Amino acid sequence: MKITTPLTNKVIESLHAGDKVLITGTIYTARDAAHLRLVNLIKENKPLPFDIKNQIIYYVGPTPAKPGHVIGSCGPTTSYRMDPYTPILIKHGLKGMIGKGDRNDEVKKAIKEHKAVYFGAIGGAAALIAKSIKKVELIAYEDLGAEAIRKLEVIDFPAVVVNDIYGNDLMIDNIKKFKVEV
Amino acid sequence: MRYIKRDVIVETVERLCIEASYNIGDEMMKALQSSKVKEKSSVGKEVLTQIIENDLIAQHDSVPMCQDTGIVVVFIEIGNQVSIDFDLYDAINEGVKNGYENGYLRKSVVKHPFNRVNTNDNTPAIIHTKIVKGNQLKILVAPKGGGSENMSLVKMLTPAEGYDGVKKLVIDTITNAKGKPCPPIIVGVGVGGNLEKAALIAKEALMRPINDSSDDELAKKLEDELLEEINQSGIGPMGFGGTQTALAVKVNLYPCHIASLPVAINIQCHAARHKKAII
Repeated sequence: MKITTPLTNKVIESLHAGDKVLITGTIYTARDAAHLRLVNLIKENKPLPFDIKNQIIYYVGPTPAKPGHVIGSCGPTTSYRMDPYTPILIKHGLKGMIGKGDRNDEVKKAIKEHKAVYFGAIGGAAALIAKSIKKVELIAYEDLGAEAIRKLEVIDFPAVVVNDIYGNDLMIDNIKKFKVEV
Repeated sequence: MRYIKRDVIVETVERLCIEASYNIGDEMMKALQSSKVKEKSSVGKEVLTQIIENDLIAQHDSVPMCQDTGIVVVFIEIGNQVSIDFDLYDAINEGVKNGYENGYLRKSVVKHPFNRVNTNDNTPAIIHTKIVKGNQLKILVAPKGGGSENMSLVKMLTPAEGYDGVKKLVIDTITNAKGKPCPPIIVGVGVGGNLEKAALIAKEALMRPINDSSDDELAKKLEDELLEEINQSGIGPMGFGGTQTALAVKVNLYPCHIASLPVAINIQCHAARHKKAII
């Protein structure tokens, strides 16, 4: 299924756990250190370096771009480290997250309540994913190096819906299917 | 005595850091391909197809297969007839610094665990040295990602918990980690020694060839049983559900205190990178 950003409620309502998607449009990178700063700004009622409303955050810290490349290798990092920050971002309008690994109950609850979606990308498929990224702009926290916030223009970024607004969870439901009881 | 020059160490470590990050190697590629054939879930098969494609792109385009180019773990074996008149640790770190700069690898090391300011050159490496007989120096470079290392642990069990206790601890650890450490994983288990020895032999277990088995009868039994049970967990590639959660389980043993049963579980993601050189 092809989807574009910014994410509308209509698109989010059409997504179900297990759906394979190709994302086109703008997405923003942020991981641990940038999340801490974003959430602190929200707590202090200060403006964020970009408007998170209806946007997707990709949990990634890319390698440096080689000459002639727009970006280095850039696969997802493990999402649970962002769990403490995600519900507050969703509450303030964030609609999508891309990462790897399962999320905690607070994140899943926020996804249901505020209509958001968690996508899983393939950890370690960093050279392959880099091919879907066409443009990169550093927009905040340059001092964080690989952890800075970057605006990415992507075409057909490959991901899978893990948590949808209906409470389905690929990482529970599909694991159950293949679990052998001993 | 055989004299080894500092430059040789620096250049070898630089080269190994870059090669390890770009090229998964034939042995791991075969293991991933065979895992794809065995995978029963369609989404799992798709994940493995993309991992294999990714690793081929990385090799072909000379780019890192994973953006997490890791903290560098170096195992050094120094022959007792080797002479060096320089700071070996300093030379290794210079090699790491050069490799991460010249290879366009991510600098993923912070200087202080609380302040968390990046060292900007991926040093220091974690260096383990061993003195052996001979006039050679062996270097094994293994960049290790944070995602799988974060799911690893050391626990001091009691002798009463025994074989079954170790097995349960491994299964529980893998089951709790689900997709976080980037399955299909390789599981290194260190049993025995003490707190730090268990962790070290678990790490060494990850350096073993992917297809070998332990020489010890009980360790081999544990490896076989754990691999089967881990792959019955349903976790599958990236935790999306499937039958290929682990590619291999490696158990290393060491004698231990009458009161103790130390166990370390070191998880390796599917980007299992290690390269060695003999000087």
